[in-house]
Amino acid sequence: MTTTELGGRVRRGTRAGTIATNVVIAAGTLYALLPLLWLLLAATKNAEALFSSNLLDVANFDLAGNIEALLDEDDGLFLRWYANSILYAVIGAAVGALVSTAAGYVFDKYSFRGKKQLYALVLISVMIPGTVLALPMYLIASRLELANTMWAVFLTVLFNPFGVYLARIFATGYVPGEVLEAARVDGASELHIFFRIGLRMLGPGFVTVFLFQLTSIWNNFFLPLVMLSDEKLYPLSLGLYSWNSQATITPEYYPIVIVGSLLALIPLVVAFLMLQRYWRSGLTAGSVK
Amino acid sequence: MTATIETPPVATQAAKQCRRPSETRVPGQQRAVVVLLAPFAALCLGVFVVPAAYAIYLSVFSQLHSGLGFGNGRTVFVGLHNFVVVLTDPSFLRSIGVTLAYIVLFIPILVVGSLAFALLLDSGLARARQFAQTALFLPHAVPGIIAAIIWLYLYTPGISPVLALLYDLNIQVDLLGQTLLIPSMVNIALWGGLGYNTVIFYTALQAVPREVMEAAAVDGAGAVRTALRVKVPMVRASVVTVGMFTLVGTLQLFTEPMLLAQSTPLIGNRFTPNMYIFDAAFNRSNYGLASAASVLLLVLCCLLSYAVARYSSRGARA
Repeated sequence: MTTTELGGRVRRGTRAGTIATNVVIAAGTLYALLPLLWLLLAATKNAEALFSSNLLDVANFDLAGNIEALLDEDDGLFLRWYANSILYAVIGAAVGALVSTAAGYVFDKYSFRGKKQLYALVLISVMIPGTVLALPMYLIASRLELANTMWAVFLTVLFNPFGVYLARIFATGYVPGEVLEAARVDGASELHIFFRIGLRMLGPGFVTVFLFQLTSIWNNFFLPLVMLSDEKLYPLSLGLYSWNSQATITPEYYPIVIVGSLLALIPLVVAFLMLQRYWRSGLTAGSVK
Repeated sequence: MTATIETPPVATQAAKQCRRPSETRVPGQQRAVVVLLAPFAALCLGVFVVPAAYAIYLSVFSQLHSGLGFGNGRTVFVGLHNFVVVLTDPSFLRSIGVTLAYIVLFIPILVVGSLAFALLLDSGLARARQFAQTALFLPHAVPGIIAAIIWLYLYTPGISPVLALLYDLNIQVDLLGQTLLIPSMVNIALWGGLGYNTVIFYTALQAVPREVMEAAAVDGAGAVRTALRVKVPMVRASVVTVGMFTLVGTLQLFTEPMLLAQSTPLIGNRFTPNMYIFDAAFNRSNYGLASAASVLLLVLCCLLSYAVARYSSRGARA
């Protein structure tokens, strides 16, 4: 038995325990990373090498060829999907996060009639799967002649009750009431206080909500599937899905789908690696009470 | 439809009770509340309240199609008929069965697995904890459809290095066959969710007071005993919350089976409840049936979220 001091915590453990612990964690790490490594390697292979399944053979390196084939497919449709995804996700998350942050701030800082009921609605809608409401939303959208337009997807993804919930928690933590009182004494209007002081103090909260919403819009599959029939309006998720359905008939699509998938997940993985602390704060604020 | 939107009398009464003199009201706040809350309130109405009310409305009507097309059918009030049809439809019941089988396999593995990783990371024996957490979490950043594509290819003979390796060892498995289809789907979800929940549990474990652990050590409890008898009970609330959230998530099962359906005949159009709704609405244009199934799922989700809310608030008080 040894007593070790690690991370400020006193623990007892045996050598065997240490080895077993690290073996299991290493196995988990490999389980998480190997499929991504496979995607990375497979994306560099030409079609024949992909099927010969000799993944580590560098002789068949043809990443550039695959990317070229991807961009050539259907007159550069992939780039259009990429642009659509960026448009839906970046602008949608920015506008949506602002809407959610403002609402969360109001819920935390003001008392008004019907607040409890409205907030209860927020909490209920956090748990409601969007898929359940997709059909009535589609029918409403088609009545308003919004179905099969970018607006049908864009307007819908702005609604983020989980963002309101997170923003309220952040408003409690980051914006002290005294600051608002001081601003009021100085004669600032309530709106001025929010945009000039509250929003600035809520910066990290805004980034967290933005990040969570960005991911969920980038991942969104069901809603565009229901709303869009014109493939020029597709986001990446739906586009890759439709190309994958071709791959089972025409195997030439396999390398295209693989390299397309790799390119489609790069922005999210990079964002995650750079902004880990925001993820963590959102995750723990939202899930552990 | 309007009845749902208008504030019911009970709610108004409750709102009046809410307005106690102790709650400070800032002069001039009304304008701020209206301006800052209006965009969210409008979205809530347009994207949640109205569609939910419309789904309930649609669920009690049937369309008798006289000819072609959309909206040309005659709409008849049928009461709860659509609900009866859904609940006695063998394909719907089968989709519920699939979901249950999936849940029974997925939730215990996910919760036990991520709790185990969190406990190992928290045990003080783990090296490179930060790296391990990042690596475990990384699959969560991968969009669901792309995770499904990656694993579909890893399940496909001829492309998959895993299957090639097993073949060399004289083991032949059909990962998209009858027996392994649901485990294969569970694996995709597990890959995406394990690290996410590990981070949640790990954070909860870090909040367990040091003194408690020291006391356990003084009492002679070993690492395993401390983990199971001391730490796990202290993070019970977050275990239950995670389990319930995951449960609600699995009720939405759609993306992965839709993608895998492209490669296996075993996944039909009505494989999960959500696929059933999609099929009823967009392949069969039976909006009444689709809405009734949606409302059933909606009610189930509401009940579950109510249970979560009840449980979490009780946990917070304790």
